[in-house]
Amino acid sequence: MERRFRTWVALVVFAAVLLALPLLVRQPYYRTILVFVGINALAATGLNLLMGYAGQVSLGHAAFVGIGGYASAVLSVNLGVNPWAAMVAGVVAASLIAWLIGIPTLRLHGHYLAIATLGFGMIVSIVFAEWRGLTGGVGGIPGVPALRVAGLALDNHLRFYYLVWTCLYATVIATSNISNSRLGRALRAIRGSEIAAQTTGINTGSYKLQVFVLSAALAALAGSLFVHYISFASPSRFGFAYSIELVVMAVLGGLGNMWGPIVGSGVVTALGELLRPLRDLDVPAFGLILVLVLIFLPRGVTTSLGLLVQRLRAPRPTNGEVAPANIVGAGEP
Amino acid sequence: MRSRWLWTVVVVVVCIAVVAAVVGCARKPAGPPTPTAEPYRIGAMFDYTGNAAPLGEPERKTAQLLQEQINAAGGINGHPLEILIEDSKSEEQQAVLVANKFIDEGVLAIVGPSTSGTTLAIIDTVQKAQVPLLSCAASIKITQPWQDRKWVFKTPQSDADALRRLIDYMKPRNLKRIGFIYDSNPFGTSGLEQAEKLLPQAGIQIVVKEPFGTDETVMTTHVTNLLKAKPDAVICWGTNPGPARIADAMYKMKVKLPLLMSHGVANRKFIELAGEGANGVVLPAGRLIVADQIPDTDLQKKALLEYAKAYEGKFKEPANTFGGHARDAIELAVKGLRAVGPDRAKLRDALEGTKGFVGIGGIFNYSPEDHNGLTKDAFVLVQIEDGQWKMIQETPQK
Amino acid sequence: MSTSSQILQYAFSGLTLGAIYAIIALGFTIIYNATDIVNFAQGEFVMLGALTMVTLHSPPPAGHGLALWLALPLAVATGAAAAGALQRLAIRPLRHGSVLTLIIVTIGASILLRGAAMILWGRNAMLLPPFTQRGALFVGQASIMPQSLWVIGVTALVVAGLAIFYAQTLVGKGMRAVAINRQGAQLVGISPSRMVLWSFVLSGALGAVAGILIAPITMAVYNMGTLLGLKGFSAAILGGLGSSPGAVLGGVILGLLESFAGGFISSGYKDAVAFLILLAVLFIRPTGMLGGRATPS
Repeated sequence: MERRFRTWVALVVFAAVLLALPLLVRQPYYRTILVFVGINALAATGLNLLMGYAGQVSLGHAAFVGIGGYASAVLSVNLGVNPWAAMVAGVVAASLIAWLIGIPTLRLHGHYLAIATLGFGMIVSIVFAEWRGLTGGVGGIPGVPALRVAGLALDNHLRFYYLVWTCLYATVIATSNISNSRLGRALRAIRGSEIAAQTTGINTGSYKLQVFVLSAALAALAGSLFVHYISFASPSRFGFAYSIELVVMAVLGGLGNMWGPIVGSGVVTALGELLRPLRDLDVPAFGLILVLVLIFLPRGVTTSLGLLVQRLRAPRPTNGEVAPANIVGAGEP
Repeated sequence: MRSRWLWTVVVVVVCIAVVAAVVGCARKPAGPPTPTAEPYRIGAMFDYTGNAAPLGEPERKTAQLLQEQINAAGGINGHPLEILIEDSKSEEQQAVLVANKFIDEGVLAIVGPSTSGTTLAIIDTVQKAQVPLLSCAASIKITQPWQDRKWVFKTPQSDADALRRLIDYMKPRNLKRIGFIYDSNPFGTSGLEQAEKLLPQAGIQIVVKEPFGTDETVMTTHVTNLLKAKPDAVICWGTNPGPARIADAMYKMKVKLPLLMSHGVANRKFIELAGEGANGVVLPAGRLIVADQIPDTDLQKKALLEYAKAYEGKFKEPANTFGGHARDAIELAVKGLRAVGPDRAKLRDALEGTKGFVGIGGIFNYSPEDHNGLTKDAFVLVQIEDGQWKMIQETPQK
Repeated sequence: MSTSSQILQYAFSGLTLGAIYAIIALGFTIIYNATDIVNFAQGEFVMLGALTMVTLHSPPPAGHGLALWLALPLAVATGAAAAGALQRLAIRPLRHGSVLTLIIVTIGASILLRGAAMILWGRNAMLLPPFTQRGALFVGQASIMPQSLWVIGVTALVVAGLAIFYAQTLVGKGMRAVAINRQGAQLVGISPSRMVLWSFVLSGALGAVAGILIAPITMAVYNMGTLLGLKGFSAAILGGLGSSPGAVLGGVILGLLESFAGGFISSGYKDAVAFLILLAVLFIRPTGMLGGRATPS
């Protein structure tokens, strides 16, 4: 149970850091960065569950983010629906669509699954852009109203920070619980070998679908939050480039690790801001750094660093055995 | 492994380079402060990487040019002008980050960004922070509904006016059936939306609406779709390189219809890319590209020639309309600051009261309901002949 | 335009697009067969070939105006060299890593290449003169550009050439051996690492050839690789990843689909239609039309 205890300590420290951070970081610019890191980490968490724990892949996740975002925008702007209800509607819609699309799609594997999800993402983003009547087309929907809690509008950086990071905190806890649950063990079995898992009686189709739906719901939540934060929804955010960005965040952070999405989102966003002074060179520099980080930390930042720490701590094996690698759900596909 | 070694060297070199670049490009404080010479800061964000890069690049260059020019002439009432230039990368999240960064850095106004998408993403931010924004993007949603756009202005001409100019051309020539082909980005789609409103009012029917992808390469299918509907003329709405591909395809397919375009192609690049297909194309354009053909009595002529000469002299490439939008935005802000000093609210009021400002895009008259400031007269009709711009006589208006 | 001319024109457009997608899809196939990786930087090799060719071959001031026969091998070599460098510097250090990590590395490489190209060649599109200068060829009112015929012709040659390469040459047979059984190949003296390098170099060269062929039609610009790479990848999957004839078939079908969907259904939704059909094919035949990996043919 030592691992459980360590996890709880980490969560308490995390909560303390989250509460303290806005007191230390007061400028709008830095708070904005924190909000965006949180929103992206939410979406990346969904991907982490799907890719890191269940061993699947999705190159079209921006579609689900967009479904959540547009549900919020369309319902609250054009139909005057309460923003919270709109957000719930978005999450439900994304879950439903993920369920429907997941049944045939998750029967595919590897690159074929990747392209199917990519195709789905492209179709949805084309619909966002072309269905002018519903989504306002490429011009987008400005003027999305703020979320309100007990009469207080969540329309400044600090309040949004708390909203986003509270959601994220909850998902981190949920991820940790899933990891140690029946679902988590089943997912790890599927990730190890789907056929082997099936032979032990695990209903792989059902579990994969559940995770897919859950990942879509989280993505939709992130999309709604984004749209309310900047009061604007447009298709350009919810396209192929963002799907890839999310995958990069998930992998860079470390798949199968509950802190992975936060670290991945943080690194990518922080890197973008740090490289600003380079002017035009920031684009190739980002690509170069991405390649370098993966070469030195091929399992992503959290997992690779975790392994490094373990190897430094563990006694060297004396008789030629390989030291047991305590990799929680971060194995090979 | 040798590769690891090689990479370690690369990492070290990259780190040194990054540190050097960051240190080198870090904003230098504006010299030893003399008692009244605190710099006036304007934030300029442009999309000079990403999809809108061809728009943002000349805008950024213009900002650099203007900072030099204005400071060489003594700054703003003796205060040096500091234009902070950042990249919004054609992405909404980036635009919001940069806008907040500028606000933190105490800018008096924000100029840019280059596209409607990035502009709309920061409307909320600038309205809440009460910082004047002078966008270089075109969408009508940027300045409407005016009640919610107190702090937002824009400098490009509106596509509604561009279409009105084209209607001036089409009506006397009895072009009643139009094939409307447009880039499926915000610029092109906005053109379609305005066309859907304005053309029927003028008795002109849109017989086919044909979108094309911004990065799409083979246009022959689109041209065929246009021809199917048997139009009298084709209107193409977009920015490079799509319209150039359309013009080229129509030329190679030997299509003999009149081809009208938008002000999005009022630059040399279009003629270069479209080759023979550019000849005969008619478009509404700001007077910049025909500055040498307009009468000397034209109020804009002096400013146009000055800007074109300075831009071309510094950057060795022709000035274009996008850079012009940035020039107008910055000059408007500077003019306001000269009048009211470093106060955001007063600057906003000054901007709103601007009358008769001679810009590159036209002559600006702002008002509370109109933060665009231009009319149809900002445009002249231009036809391309032998690879050159030729201003054509418009039909006198009633 | 008469209806029959319209249909013919859609077919011509579709074949032009199809040939473009086919030759790019072949590049994906070669690397995939040797390494199991989908190279997200493939589109960037196309872009490098195109832009290098512009610098060498286009008339001044855009380029140096070198003759076609001189510029072409140099541009192809550039693509091949970039691919080789990618393999040695980024792929090889991670050869024990997961396929997913390698795919992300190729994504990073594509960002790097695209960003560098934007700085070197600027942000605007550039023209590349077609190989033959005559105007379009007309069949009734439907036209096709001579350059499109070049693309189709060279693609056919490449497919034939690849077949011979894999069947008859030592390197080709070595690459097939490594794809079938890496350790077995090692046991008989074939170096898998060298074969992987060759597959990247070949793929890079092929990508560059694709760029040189299509740039007179599409114009060359620093970000042309993104969309083309995506379509090429889709074509390769449609035809069955790992099969060369599949890549070509997938490309042609994708191109025709796009063109006819744009002509008869809706230009706005044509890509959605194409992807819908791709999904339908995958749901029915989960490994693509001619798919199944094993031996590259």
